[in-house]
Amino acid sequence: MSKPYGILALFNTAQEIYHAAESVRDAGYKRWDCITPFPIHGMNEAMGLKRSLVGAFTLVGGLTGFTTGMTIAWFAGEFNYPLIVQGKPFFSFVFPFPVAYELTILLSAFGTLIGMFLTNRLPRHHHPVMDYSNFHRLTDDKFAVVIETDDPLYDEAKTKRFLEELHPAEVVVLENKEEVKA
Amino acid sequence: MTIFAVVCAGIFPLFHVGRVWFAWFLTPFHTYQWVWPNFRSPLEWDVFAVSTYGTVSVLFWYMGMIPDLAAIRDRTHGVHAARMKLINSKFGKAWERGWYTFRKYFYGTLSMGWRGSHRHWNNYEMAYLLLAGLSTPLVLSVHTVVSFDFAASNLPGWHTTIFPPYFVAGAIFSGFGMVLTLMLPLRAIFGLHDLITQSHIDCMTKICLATGTMVGYAYGMEFFIAWYGANPYEGFTFVNRAFGQYAWAYWIMISCNVITPQFFWFKAVRQNLWFVWILSCFINVGMWFERFVITVTSLANDFLPANWDYYSPTLVDIFTFFGTFGLFSVLFLLFIRFLPLMAFAEIKAVSPQADVHGHEHESHITPPTE
Repeated sequence: MSKPYGILALFNTAQEIYHAAESVRDAGYKRWDCITPFPIHGMNEAMGLKRSLVGAFTLVGGLTGFTTGMTIAWFAGEFNYPLIVQGKPFFSFVFPFPVAYELTILLSAFGTLIGMFLTNRLPRHHHPVMDYSNFHRLTDDKFAVVIETDDPLYDEAKTKRFLEELHPAEVVVLENKEEVKA
Repeated sequence: MTIFAVVCAGIFPLFHVGRVWFAWFLTPFHTYQWVWPNFRSPLEWDVFAVSTYGTVSVLFWYMGMIPDLAAIRDRTHGVHAARMKLINSKFGKAWERGWYTFRKYFYGTLSMGWRGSHRHWNNYEMAYLLLAGLSTPLVLSVHTVVSFDFAASNLPGWHTTIFPPYFVAGAIFSGFGMVLTLMLPLRAIFGLHDLITQSHIDCMTKICLATGTMVGYAYGMEFFIAWYGANPYEGFTFVNRAFGQYAWAYWIMISCNVITPQFFWFKAVRQNLWFVWILSCFINVGMWFERFVITVTSLANDFLPANWDYYSPTLVDIFTFFGTFGLFSVLFLLFIRFLPLMAFAEIKAVSPQADVHGHEHESHITPPTE
């Protein structure tokens, strides 16, 4: 029998999971998560999460876009095939600005989306939480706290008792089916 | 602006882009014979502006739907089981099984394995905020660059510096007009009265009023500058626009775009939804005529009187125009059939039940969103 993925506690309201998350944070758990159908305001603080890193991807995307736009205009107009049109200069920082500006936004947007997927480690085909029998309610109107077995503080009996003290609707041990197959 | 109007307004421009894009995608893009496109030309800027606008709108629209697609994905099985119980015929069951397979893979693939983890929501909300922030200057820039196509030419009636802000105001005006035209019937058909409330409609009509008045100011300012600039060609163009062979189109534009939104000053008008819907249709007509007046009147009477003529659309022009209606309607109807019409997760997040700081005893107080 392989190690289970973790223990899940189901809650009925946003308030309950908010306070449960604060307790789990204060108990010192590190590898745990909340599954909620919508972003709950103030939950980042309740879970002790840091500011998201997505912004860094956006910045990199934006800088790449601006440089690309300017480089294309310079390469095409000044370097590769200089062509006199209307007596205008071959290259200046002024006229390709709309192009560079649009590419800045384009690549920032791609950076943001890719950054969101990378920081979340998505897309993925499956996750042990999805084996939970009530998982379909977790994108609807229920809330859950999951503490993983990989957490250094994890102890099956103690963690289970700890979660039960938070007055959840139910507490379930999640199997790790992917590991069983391997 | 309220969040639902933002949701609607965020979803709908995709289709507007679908249509406008169609027309502007035909811009020449000369990459043959080793000659590069001319980066000094506004037409080239426009290719970048419109394609970026389309792409970013799709990204924003799709990312906004990921959690909702996951919610639909997780309902698919239960809905299928319930439907199978109700269906008696063999063919019906086979049909439903086929649909179920399609729905399972369609929503399963598109939701990208989203599971509603709050660690994900943290990154997701930041990404959503950034995309919203990136889209705002994009809306301004795309209409500005489109207006450069006209403003950077030397043709009287086009060569004006007021074009960029004037086009942006016109775009917001016609965008809200179009959203009202589509949203009011949807609200009635699907019973979305609690999600799109009277106050949202009030806000949207007020934005129409504000931007419509700005557009009216721009029309007036064009005439003033044509006179003040003392350029005989410019002056002629504008007098010709208002009193020449296209006067009918000009006055349709003025009455639909400047006079129509003035009704929105009155609360009774804003609350009579039939009236709002009819006025929003007038706004769409007026904004169509604005483009017609700008494009056609300047081209029909240019510098050489020998070139002057009266333009009337050919059969192909008319069919192409109606074809865009068809394309738009098909995409729009497919969207409301298969994809979330309202953003579920966002609506849940602003419901009173989502407020974790507890106003159970004062539930009439609207929950703080900040």
